[in-house]
Amino acid sequence: MAKIAQTGEHGDNVRSDCRVTLELKRTGGIKIDVISKVKVLFGDQILKLCKDVLKFFEIKNAVMKIEDTGALDYIIAARIEAAVKQLLKTDKEYLLPIIPENKFQTEKDRNRRSRLYLPGNTPKLALNAGIHNPDGIILDLEDSVAPAKKPEARFLVRNGLRTVNFYGAERMVRINQLPMGLEDLEYIVQHNVNLILLPKCESAKQVKEVNDKIKKLNKSKRKIWLMPIIESALGVINSYEIAVSENVVSLAIGLEDYTADIGTQRTAEGKETFFARCQVVNAARAAKIQPIDSVFSDVSDMEALKQNVLTSKSLGFDGMGCIHPRQIPVIHEYFAPDDKEIDKAKKIVNAFIIATEKGLGVVSLGSKMIDPPVVKRAQKTIEQAIEVGKLDSDWRKNYGN
Amino acid sequence: MATKLIKNAVGRMVPDKINGQKVTPYKGVGKYRPTGRKFAPKIASCADYPLDGNKLVPTLKKALIKAGLKDGMTISTHHHFRNGDLVANMIFKIAHEMGIKDLVWFPSASFPCQEGMIEYMKAGTIHHIEGSMNGPLGKFASQGKMKGVGVLRSHGGRYQAVQDGEVQIDIAVIAAPTADPFGNANGVNGSSACGLLGFALADSQYADKVIVVTDNLVPFPCIPWQIHGNYIDYVVKIDQVGIPEKIVSGTTQITKSPDRLHIAELTAQFCEEAELIKDGFSFQAGAGGTALSIGIYFGEIMRRKGIKAAFARGGSNKYLVDMLEEGLVGYILDGQTFDLDGVRSMRDNPRHVNTSPFTSYNYHGKGNFAGILDIVILGATEVDVNFNANVVTHSDGYLLHGIGGWQNCLFGKNVILPIPLFRDRIPVIRDEVTTICGPGELIDIIVTERGIAINPLRKDLIKKMKNSKLPIKTIQELKEEAERICGKPKAIEFEEKIIAAIKWVDGTVIDVVKKVKE
Repeated sequence: MAKIAQTGEHGDNVRSDCRVTLELKRTGGIKIDVISKVKVLFGDQILKLCKDVLKFFEIKNAVMKIEDTGALDYIIAARIEAAVKQLLKTDKEYLLPIIPENKFQTEKDRNRRSRLYLPGNTPKLALNAGIHNPDGIILDLEDSVAPAKKPEARFLVRNGLRTVNFYGAERMVRINQLPMGLEDLEYIVQHNVNLILLPKCESAKQVKEVNDKIKKLNKSKRKIWLMPIIESALGVINSYEIAVSENVVSLAIGLEDYTADIGTQRTAEGKETFFARCQVVNAARAAKIQPIDSVFSDVSDMEALKQNVLTSKSLGFDGMGCIHPRQIPVIHEYFAPDDKEIDKAKKIVNAFIIATEKGLGVVSLGSKMIDPPVVKRAQKTIEQAIEVGKLDSDWRKNYGN
Repeated sequence: MATKLIKNAVGRMVPDKINGQKVTPYKGVGKYRPTGRKFAPKIASCADYPLDGNKLVPTLKKALIKAGLKDGMTISTHHHFRNGDLVANMIFKIAHEMGIKDLVWFPSASFPCQEGMIEYMKAGTIHHIEGSMNGPLGKFASQGKMKGVGVLRSHGGRYQAVQDGEVQIDIAVIAAPTADPFGNANGVNGSSACGLLGFALADSQYADKVIVVTDNLVPFPCIPWQIHGNYIDYVVKIDQVGIPEKIVSGTTQITKSPDRLHIAELTAQFCEEAELIKDGFSFQAGAGGTALSIGIYFGEIMRRKGIKAAFARGGSNKYLVDMLEEGLVGYILDGQTFDLDGVRSMRDNPRHVNTSPFTSYNYHGKGNFAGILDIVILGATEVDVNFNANVVTHSDGYLLHGIGGWQNCLFGKNVILPIPLFRDRIPVIRDEVTTICGPGELIDIIVTERGIAINPLRKDLIKKMKNSKLPIKTIQELKEEAERICGKPKAIEFEEKIIAAIKWVDGTVIDVVKKVKE
């Protein structure tokens, strides 16, 4: 094994992170040098944490340097642990307590309109991600992390799942393609992840592999949902068998890789992906799960994003990915029901409430009977309309007057 | 006599003397009532000035010598050239070469381009600075290396200090983008155009000797004459007074940071829900990225509601000028111009009015218009649980910023500080701020990305926002949230040596800055 390990990031443009350089020694005890932007205020606390982590891993002789730009404890701890594990083999994990706000589980059919991708190895973007109110936050271990940084990103993602408050957003992790992704699971399953994204998914067998590994690791038996991402011609063909796999709640499509796979380029018009998108929507709907669209990558063009969302919604998708927080409100607004849908939903929900009040078993609107799934869908529409401010929460007060 | 420390009305221990001069401790908002008369400069006579009105002197050095430059004098400059100023450095280079000692530099603000003053302080040319000290100058002062004690004042406080005779300027040097040989000057024309010269008004009125330095000499009359030649002793023409692209280099970009945009959005939503944005209202928004974005959101709200603002207080820039030209605001009352659109608008649009710290901010006057503003948006490095705020020191104790118009604007009707809850792990809301620059009773609303706190004194706003869906929290809750995320920072230690005093708008001492322990 190596003698000196270096993890984390440091430089002029790096904030809220630290670089750890660790060298194990035979003698001399522990020497720690903390160079920090916030040293006057947090130097003692950082030093104490460093000593704690080294002690936890039973390291008695080492020279360690921390170059810090305001990293929180969970980040420093992750960086040190990653460095330690480059130098010695141990099964121990230095875990910070899971904050109470992160102990919730999510429902199968909750809103998944927006999911915000965060590079798993860039801590500064994660701290405030939740304030932008996305339906889901993705701590990404796959494409946004450089290959050499993947091992250390896992510790950061694990610690983030436990300690960062995302203010109610569903906590998601995108693992790497299998087989590497199976190893990623060891760092996330027991740390209250709500949903795992499987990139470049091509078969039900892959989903099963993931489910099997999760079952093996998941001692608390908490529900962990899956969102496979279809990113290839084969994946599109097999989308239904993937969609009906166990624990799968959404089926997403990734168009960058897909267009490459079919030998073409992505255009604004999107003719080349029309079939794949329809196929994914169809497979997901057949399996009664949510179809989720690809990301829109021009973060500066909100008008184009809006058009993209409207197209996406008209094709039948329930949500899409985002790569910048400013995309979130646009996605929520235009995936939200339009006035016509809201009017219809109001009628149905109103009829349902009246029927319930009267103790009627059957809901009817005029001469038409309304099936329970239709009521449920209408209720969801109302919820979404209220959430984006298109409808008052006490709308029934004046309804019909 | 030794200096005594006295506890002032915000509980800070402040000295009774600064640089040997007696000072009054802060007594509370509106509590200190000055008596006596204003400072009066000497009576001049036209007999002592060229009859043909030509006050040209060949070099700045000759002008300084004619003005009687000698040890211990107070020399003033203005900061309208911001980080593109060339003149302040020239003055002290000349003084240094002449072997002059112990000058007091009295700028209306300092910028990084004046880092060179450190050499003149080390050499003994400059005794101390009375003005903002940022970056390297702040660090130098905070390390206790300045000979005298720095004095920081607001823009209005600087006018007050000059008017009241607290600071007696021996020589004022007014760098002007355009001037005539008589000394009339303005900031709207010439290659170094900076908009206006309002910060130099007090200097022109009260200094013993006044030198105008320009690189664009025009025949009499220089119109508009923002600075009147009748106050001017000497005029000097030099090659270049400023670097144009650095003069208009204020923060003129809307922030791209999603977190700051979020804070800006919350601020605008708050103002709308609290019904502060109504037809005929007025607002001030600074030049920072977040403040600019708030202005844009205000514009959207006004357009949607079909209303307009009676006036806006600048710092002007393209965005405010666009609103003026669109008819969303009736007037811009401008204190400093941040970009070329601001300069052009001030030159060409009669509704874009140049102001000075006298009209807008001087507390020892017969009213000033800061109090008329409905909405005031300001920043802060720290705020405490009693809403007291700090704008001059960083949490590690180093001097970081000047006060600018910040203290003066606190007299607006609704003072809002949109700030992040923490910066690089450092919580912004604290039990106690490092330096008190403004008393909490004047600060109404703190908007952070994680919640909005309303000052308990503002029962009207609390009542109005009772049913709001905005994340209204107590300031204590915000503080605890920040500490939950960042940890509780250790209290920083200072040495006993006082390195700078912070003046309140009425000239009393609200706090001091001490030497940092390194």
